[in-house]
Amino acid sequence: MIGIVDYGMGNVGSVESMINHLGYHKTKIIKKKSDLDLVDKLILPGVGTFDNGMINLKKYDLLDELNKQVLENKKPVLGICLGMQLLMEKSEEGELPGLGWVKGECKKFIFGNKKLKVPHMGWNEVNPIKNELCDKSSRFYFVHSYYVKCEEEKNIMLKTNYGMEFVSGVSKDNIFGVQFHPEKSHKYGMDLMKKFIEC
Amino acid sequence: MPCLLLKDGSLVKTVKFDKPSYVGDAVNAIKIFNEKEVDELLLIDISKKEIPFDVIRKITRECFMPLCYGGNVKTIENMRTLFQLGIEKIVVNDLLFDDINLVKEAIKLFGSQSIVASVDIKKNVWGVRKVYRHSNKKILNLTPIEYVRQLESLGVGEILLYSVDRDGTWEGMDIDLIKEVTNKTHLPVISCGGVGKLKDIEDGILNGSSGVAIGSMCVYSKKDMGVLIKFPKKNDINKIIENYENL
Repeated sequence: MIGIVDYGMGNVGSVESMINHLGYHKTKIIKKKSDLDLVDKLILPGVGTFDNGMINLKKYDLLDELNKQVLENKKPVLGICLGMQLLMEKSEEGELPGLGWVKGECKKFIFGNKKLKVPHMGWNEVNPIKNELCDKSSRFYFVHSYYVKCEEEKNIMLKTNYGMEFVSGVSKDNIFGVQFHPEKSHKYGMDLMKKFIEC
Repeated sequence: MPCLLLKDGSLVKTVKFDKPSYVGDAVNAIKIFNEKEVDELLLIDISKKEIPFDVIRKITRECFMPLCYGGNVKTIENMRTLFQLGIEKIVVNDLLFDDINLVKEAIKLFGSQSIVASVDIKKNVWGVRKVYRHSNKKILNLTPIEYVRQLESLGVGEILLYSVDRDGTWEGMDIDLIKEVTNKTHLPVISCGGVGKLKDIEDGILNGSSGVAIGSMCVYSKKDMGVLIKFPKKNDINKIIENYENL
């Protein structure tokens, strides 16, 4: 069973429907901590600001149980967009500490160059550094103003260029994060999601 | 990107923001666009009623591409529900006039990238382009760029620049308007209104639009002809983007 964490921060429906569309029908929308025990894999989606994301994880009383399931029970987890940023220790967007599962922080895109706009919004090319959830150069849909900076090179899974090279995917053992939206990236997203389901 | 209009749960298309005609079922259209690997989809409800959450729920379940929704969004709770249903971005229009603080709050809560400001532009009796409010059918004494500057400082993530005069006409985009706005803002601008052929999309992009939304061309086979849900071929669009990148 795959659990999709619904902490009031975004696109739960489309993530679930893409998984179902792939022929995998055992999904559960998770709103309380006791549900986290029922699933073997977790997806942490998210649209919104960093602090609001952390505030809501606390408000829904999911934080301790998430730590337990991911760090102790080693359940595979996939953070999407804000969900990936929350995996990090902190963000320039807010003051609260993140989940801190992956070492590093989120920084704001700042470009002097006028042609590049922030937020980085739209489709962009993603290149694999480690062949984990994505093994070839693919196109994915991005919407974000902050990017992840990993402290450790070995946690970089995917890279993308937008004015500069940034980390568009992280991985560390059972923990995965992607900056883009696989659930909105039709066939490329389905490939990635399928690999996560089967990992 | 396709720009689909919803009215009372069905897909319609307008001409100059008027005369909506029925063009089919929204969910079926989305399924067709899925197969075309559409980059993004714009869904605007023009019913002037409550947000049709049930229809949107059905649509987002079938939609594996970015989806941007506008129409009757009035509260933070409305927005939260829409994001939870799988909407990527929310288009605001009347709210920018009626309750600017609510838009500010939304930007703070959901991030600037999630809020798109719809800017409807119509020529006044002297042929000067001004901001238009469709809800009370008034042309305001506000130029496109003055308004876009205000929206920029408000912190919206994107502008949907809609030429009312060109809507549903197939006559080509209002290039002067696109140039005027895109030259003076750092915000991404999606231009809409008037596209009737591939060349019109190219004109929109080459003159500064980050994206072009098409209405009639993706729901009708030709001007004044029958309904046909379609979208330009991926290769043709890639060519336009290559031309832009080679500029």
